[in-house]
Amino acid sequence: MAGKPKLHYFNGRGRMESIRWLLAAAGVEFEEKFIETPEDWDKLRSDGHLMFQQVPMVEMDGMKMVQTRAILNYIATKYNLYGKDIKEKALIDMYTEGIADLNEMIIVLPLCPPDQKEAKIALIKERTTDRYLPVFEKVLKSHGQDYLVGNRLSKADIHLVELLYYVEEIDPSLLANFPLLKALKTRVSNLPTVKKFLQPGSQRKPPINEKSLEQAKKIFRMK
Amino acid sequence: MATKPKLFYFCGRGRMESIRWLLAAAGVEFEEEFIETTEQYEKLLKDGRLLFGQVPMVEIDGMVLTQTRAILSYLAAKYDLYGKDLKETVRINMYTDGTLDLMLMIAVAAFKPPAEKEESLALVVKRAKTRYFPVFEKILKDHGEDFLVGNKFSWADIQLLEAILMVEELDASVLSEFPLLKAFKTRISNIPTIKKFLQPGSQRKPPPDSHYVEVVRSVLHF
Repeated sequence: MAGKPKLHYFNGRGRMESIRWLLAAAGVEFEEKFIETPEDWDKLRSDGHLMFQQVPMVEMDGMKMVQTRAILNYIATKYNLYGKDIKEKALIDMYTEGIADLNEMIIVLPLCPPDQKEAKIALIKERTTDRYLPVFEKVLKSHGQDYLVGNRLSKADIHLVELLYYVEEIDPSLLANFPLLKALKTRVSNLPTVKKFLQPGSQRKPPINEKSLEQAKKIFRMK
Repeated sequence: MATKPKLFYFCGRGRMESIRWLLAAAGVEFEEEFIETTEQYEKLLKDGRLLFGQVPMVEIDGMVLTQTRAILSYLAAKYDLYGKDLKETVRINMYTDGTLDLMLMIAVAAFKPPAEKEESLALVVKRAKTRYFPVFEKILKDHGEDFLVGNKFSWADIQLLEAILMVEELDASVLSEFPLLKAFKTRISNIPTIKKFLQPGSQRKPPPDSHYVEVVRSVLHF
C-alpha cells in the first residue's frame, strides 16, 4: 500500500509551501518531517537522501524527489492539474514561472538586511501592481472563464491564489484594482480541499517570525 | 508549411543558451532576432509580446512563449526528449533544474563587479565539483548506461553537456575526478546534431564579454 507523501523541510513556508498548497488542493494527505536542529540537517545530508544537498525533498511513490519545480510538476501531472496537452502545459508553465519569480522575492524578504528591507518591499509592491497582477487580470478578462487555462483548474490557479494571499499580507490595497483576481481568489478558496487547507489547524504555515527565522538560520548554519 | 522557431534575445548566452542547445540537439533549425537597442526592446514591450516584460521570448507553433523553463519544457516534450513516463520526466526535471541552477550562476556572475564576479565563478567551480558532478558521475556509474535517464538521449543529457563545457571554460581540469563524465562528454559531443552545433559558425554563443554586458545593461537599464 502506498504511504502518504512525506515532506522534509523546516517548520515554515519557504520553498515547501507551494508544494503543501498543491498537495492540499489536490486532496492529497501528507506527512511532514521537520528539520529542527543542525544535527537533523547534518543527518539528512549525510544519509544521502538529498540529491543536491538541498531541501525541499519529498518522499513519494518510492522516490526521494528534490527541486521544487520538479516536485510540483510531478504532483500536477499525477493529479491532473497540468492542462490537457503540451500547449496548455506551456501556458501553465509560463504563468507559473512568473508567479514563482514574484513569490521568490517574497520568500527571500526575511533574509534581507534591515537597511534594505524598505526598498525591497517597495520593489515587490511595484512588481506586483505593474508587472504581474495586470497580466493575470488580463488573461481572465480575455477569455472570461473561471480559471486561467483551458477552462479548468490547474496548478497555475493554485499558485496564483497562494500568491494573492501573500500579496494581501503585505498590503491588502494591492489587490484593489484587480476584480477578476479577487473573484478567482474567492472561487478557488471555496473549493472544498482549499477551504479545508485555509482553516486553522491545517498544515498551512504562517508567515515567518523573528523566532523561527533565528531557528532556521541556526539549523542551516547561516549568519 | 511550418515556420522555424524564432528566438528573441541579446546576442549572447544568458538565459537563452540552453534553449539554443536544446533546439540544435533536436535538429531543429531556428532563427534569431538580436536585441541591440532600447528602441527594439520597447517595441517588443509595446507590442505586448513579452508577457512579463522579459526575454527570452520564443515564437513557436503559433505561440509567443516567455520564461526559460516553460520554453525548455515545451521543446523537450515536443521533440521527445522528456522521458517515456512520469517517473522518467521527474528525474529529467530534477537533473535539469540542478544543471540550470549552476549555469544561471555563471550567467549572472557576468554582471557583478570584478571581485564579486571572481568569487561567484570560484563558487560555481566548487559547486560543480562537490555538489553537481559527483551526482551525475554516480548516476552513470549505478546504471552503466550511455545516457542519464531511461537508456535514451534526453534533455538531461544535453543540458549536462552544456554545463560541463561551461564549467570547463572556468577550470579546464574540472572533470579530472570524473572518468564517466569525461566519457559522457565525448559521447554526447559526437552526436551528429550536437557535433554540428559545437563547430565554429553555428548559432552557439561565446562566453559573455564586456560588450555583451554593456548592451544588456543599456537596454534593460541597470
